[in-house]
Amino acid sequence: MGNPDKPKAQRGVMRWVDERFPATQLWQDHLSRYYAPRNFNFWYFFGSLALLVLVNQILTGIWLTMSFTPTAEEAFASVEYIMRDVEWGWLIRYLHTTGASAFFVVIYLHMFRGLLYGSYKAPRELVWVFGMAIYLALMAEAFMGYLLPWGQMSYWGAQVITSLFSAIPAIGPGLAEWIRGDYLVTGITLNRFFALHVVALPIVILALVVLHIVALHEVGSNNPDGIEIKDKTDSNGKPLDGIPFHPYYTVKDLVGVAVFLFVFCVVVFYFPEGGGYFIEKPNFEPADPLQTPDHIAPVWYFTPFYAILRGVTFSVFGLEAKFLGVVCMGLAIGLLFVLPWLDRSPVRSMRYKGWISRGMLGLFVVCFTVLGVLGVLPSTETRTTIAQICTLGYFAYFLLMPFYTRLEKTRPVPERVTD
Amino acid sequence: MRKSLFALCLALLPVTGLAAGGGDAQLRDMTPDLHDKASLQNGMQLFVNYCMGCHSLEHQRFARAADDLEIPRELVEENLIFADAQAFNDQMGNAMEPEQGEAWFGAAPPDLTLVTRLRGTDWVYSYLLGFYRDPQRPTGVNNTVFPLVAMPNVLEPLQGVQQQVCGDGGHEEGGAGCHLELVQEGIMSPDEFERAMFDLTNFLAYVGEPSRLQAQALAPKVLIFLFVFAVVAYLLKREYWRDVH
Repeated sequence: MGNPDKPKAQRGVMRWVDERFPATQLWQDHLSRYYAPRNFNFWYFFGSLALLVLVNQILTGIWLTMSFTPTAEEAFASVEYIMRDVEWGWLIRYLHTTGASAFFVVIYLHMFRGLLYGSYKAPRELVWVFGMAIYLALMAEAFMGYLLPWGQMSYWGAQVITSLFSAIPAIGPGLAEWIRGDYLVTGITLNRFFALHVVALPIVILALVVLHIVALHEVGSNNPDGIEIKDKTDSNGKPLDGIPFHPYYTVKDLVGVAVFLFVFCVVVFYFPEGGGYFIEKPNFEPADPLQTPDHIAPVWYFTPFYAILRGVTFSVFGLEAKFLGVVCMGLAIGLLFVLPWLDRSPVRSMRYKGWISRGMLGLFVVCFTVLGVLGVLPSTETRTTIAQICTLGYFAYFLLMPFYTRLEKTRPVPERVTD
Repeated sequence: MRKSLFALCLALLPVTGLAAGGGDAQLRDMTPDLHDKASLQNGMQLFVNYCMGCHSLEHQRFARAADDLEIPRELVEENLIFADAQAFNDQMGNAMEPEQGEAWFGAAPPDLTLVTRLRGTDWVYSYLLGFYRDPQRPTGVNNTVFPLVAMPNVLEPLQGVQQQVCGDGGHEEGGAGCHLELVQEGIMSPDEFERAMFDLTNFLAYVGEPSRLQAQALAPKVLIFLFVFAVVAYLLKREYWRDVH
């Protein structure tokens, strides 16, 4: 029967609705009476922006699907058909391609915010884990979407990544074949990636976004000081440092949306290729299974992990280098999932953590960035060495965290949030 | 036998590799000007007359080009569409079958719709200007930015014949100290020919992304709207947040 005390509208249409569906209650719980800390800063724009980009991807994606043909013979030409013959097709496609990169930009900044202010720490472990699941699903979504235009880099990128699975001992070759549906990447692979990209994964991502937000609203938002605003409430039980999400953060996020869209549209209208990083040049040539490009580079948002994979050039205990590379890459993503249990610090925010934590976060950011740059470039001996050092730095941030977060001296945390 | 082996080698050459590397040849700078309709029209006329016998623009329609380049339909139908089978609304395909191209040149002439986006306008412009006499080649010519290219210099009547001259007086392939010299004049002067090749490259830049003009026209309106929207949103935010601080 639901909650008998749930808020209901007193008259009119809303009363009729509320007697049948908790509209007013949902509105209050998640917007007008969801109290968020009043000291959100720049880093707190990227959650709502990620939602905006998700909506952009779904809408433009639906319209692209109307004119795209998912076959090896027609895919490339149908993309050019969209670019030329479909009314506003060029704009819809550029919004989608630029949106893919923008998604990762805002997601990486959103995740960095979590690292900076300890938003993953108790009681927000599930918020973080659901978020990581979104990130993982998003990587699969982006990877499969990249095959669809059926250009040279689409094809060979998919060929390289699917062949990674074949490095797994015993089941590997069969697994890679099962994923592709063929011995190589072919039109069959294109068909199934299309199905997964436009139906299966978007459903998974949307469901995970709901879980992410439900979990967040259950425990409440963290803030740059990393303190619980629920600990200090007024006589009505309202947090002293909290303000209703609506209207305060809806209008504030609107400013973020406007600024973001301005930058986004500059790219869409003037630099849709993103200097060859958003749309890679070899992708202006149709896929040719008989002609391998000189240099196969994944799109920029995958390059840190690609550099980790390539950096493993030696075999250990009879295990192949390629397999170890895959393991390291998997571990690099997997460790992010268990981050809430690696951090043993008594405080959440970097503002009150010690200098080791700050240094390690800095090291992590530098290593991740350098790996990202290296992943774009063809590998040389020096670059491989740098990639190996950065891989060590990347793992050190996570694996040493239980020690340095416990050992270091933290600063006193204030009672109330600071401005 | 030797010829078919050569054809096989050409077919196997990683074209993108050559494009990226292109020897040590210096690329000439070419920035397209899509607002110069006369240049684009001349480029289209050159393309149809000199390139389209072998190269197609399979994603570009005559009608769209006529519209964007402001060429009247009658002019296009009378002067730019040669094949009887082609109509005004058709794509700019060519009459040559890929098998014929492979048999005649050793490699099927590629479709050029997206060539400027694949290789860049600098490359295309430099390539068009980069043919020089090389008796060792089956076509009698070689190219500074695309060594061992299978394509003959179809623009020779316009350009004349160039020869590669290297610093020490010797003739070595694509050396850094080499440059091209005109040894036999064509119909056009070197300046006229460079201008013509600019127009041709300009047209191909247009064909690579016909929506560029639309994007440039729409962008300022969208950006001005977003700027105003941002200002209004900021003022609204400031008004609401007055009671927070």
